[in-house]
Amino acid sequence: MNRITKTGLAAAALTALPSLALAQDAPAPGFDEIGPYIMTTLLFCMAGFLVFFMAAGFAMLEGGLVRSKNVTMQMTKNIALYSIAAIMYWLMGFNLMYPGEFNGYVGSFFVPTALDPVGVAAADAALDYASVGSDFFFQLVFVAATASIVSGALAERIKLWPFLAFVVLLTGVLYPISGSWQWGGGWLSEAGFSDFAGSTVVHSVGGWAALAGAIVLGPRLGKYDKEGKVHPMPGSNLALATLGTFILWLGWFGFNGGSQLAMGTVGDVSDVSRIFANTNMAAAAGAVTALILTQVMYKKPDLTMVLNGALAGLVSITAEPLAPTLFGALWIGAVGGVIVVFTVPLLDKLKIDDVVGAIPVHLFAGIWGTIAVVFYNGDASLGTQLLGIAAYGVFTFIGSIVVWFILKAIFGIRVDEETEINGLDMGELGMEAYPEFSKG
Amino acid sequence: MKLIIATIKPFKLEEVREALTEIGVRGMMVTEIKGFGSQSGHTEIYRGAEYAVNFVPKVKLEIAVSAAMADQVVEAITNTARTGKIGDGKIFVLDIQQAMRVRTGETNEDAL
Repeated sequence: MNRITKTGLAAAALTALPSLALAQDAPAPGFDEIGPYIMTTLLFCMAGFLVFFMAAGFAMLEGGLVRSKNVTMQMTKNIALYSIAAIMYWLMGFNLMYPGEFNGYVGSFFVPTALDPVGVAAADAALDYASVGSDFFFQLVFVAATASIVSGALAERIKLWPFLAFVVLLTGVLYPISGSWQWGGGWLSEAGFSDFAGSTVVHSVGGWAALAGAIVLGPRLGKYDKEGKVHPMPGSNLALATLGTFILWLGWFGFNGGSQLAMGTVGDVSDVSRIFANTNMAAAAGAVTALILTQVMYKKPDLTMVLNGALAGLVSITAEPLAPTLFGALWIGAVGGVIVVFTVPLLDKLKIDDVVGAIPVHLFAGIWGTIAVVFYNGDASLGTQLLGIAAYGVFTFIGSIVVWFILKAIFGIRVDEETEINGLDMGELGMEAYPEFSKG
Repeated sequence: MKLIIATIKPFKLEEVREALTEIGVRGMMVTEIKGFGSQSGHTEIYRGAEYAVNFVPKVKLEIAVSAAMADQVVEAITNTARTGKIGDGKIFVLDIQQAMRVRTGETNEDAL
């Protein structure tokens, strides 16, 4: 579903305003006129709450997969990045991503978001769409998800403030510009690229930014030895990691379902429920695939891979959660699970240290999901999908790596060796997540 | 007086405690430890990468008994803690020079 209609329809409603305003004695609008607006606004609010809760899911997943000496830092990064994303998206992100009429590549910077007036009259509202507040909120929780992806990959060694500086640029500039190409009605949307809820626009973008960061930052001390052997650093709390995954799974119903962007007709509300069912199926298939594969390959199932498998299933179905049958969602999600199980060790071979598996889950499965659109959506073509994947990859990876190098040159992005070994919690924050465990 | 130090597999602790109580042992000290012996370590796989677990969890018992009882205690531990598989543990017997019960000031065998 393309989001370009938003601004155009709002403008249409505004131009219709004078004639409506003159008709003072006209009867109050019936449900046929305002019902779709109310229902779609409600969809954005509910779906927005769910996607907001994904911030908690990312926090718990990451908190569980880092070692206990870095948990406070990971929580600090998660609440800070969400809050920074919310402010940056108001300050410039939202209108940069949805500029209305623009050249198709970059809209206007520094146009803060303005809400509908208090108690807006039906005649002044965008009756074909939804309230600005609900639309703005629904869009901003997506950009926060992108930033969360980066924090997981770079955990346990990046300094707090340079990381947050990157979040400012990612959520205020990089994500909104590339997002406008597709969802703002820019050049990729014109070219026929299809990405329903953001396998590429949201997840791969986060993955590319994380990959660039992981390369510039380097692996954790001791993760890879001189012979290239991998030394695993098991996470501190797999119960939290599992809770986080379930929260993300729940949040994804809002992520994909809300991206229908309309709930005012029988067709739309049915489509939203269809998306819920497909989204759930893809996650389940990804998890089961990873469960079976790790049992077969390693003789014991690996819970952390099963969690990643569920998330990879979700990312895989995000580019087209509406058109596939339930069987389609099953096999698309299952391929996502396969991708994770094989690419987590692959990144280790390349000595790219991704603490939580964010790059396999969000980037690799995101690419797969974007390609998989062509199997069930007749309007999509493989060439255009690949064009979109490449465009987002080149822009985000190069943009991110430049920002990371600049941050590295100016501030340094990595904590010193002693801080890394003692843990970022004490070194950078002077506060432990679980003080009783070490102090007695 | 003898001090018997035994390292055993953690899941055998309850069985050993019962056997020792039955033959009249009235106290013991228990510590969760890690270590390696001829079992040495083993390997596990985390997220596709193999890693060595160099130290194996064990439980250490420390039991102070009269010299007359020491052989019986060693035998009880051996019989209950044995699985026949590698890693069943070891038992050491040491002489105790002096013992004192803190509450009453009783010494040596009276203090055990």
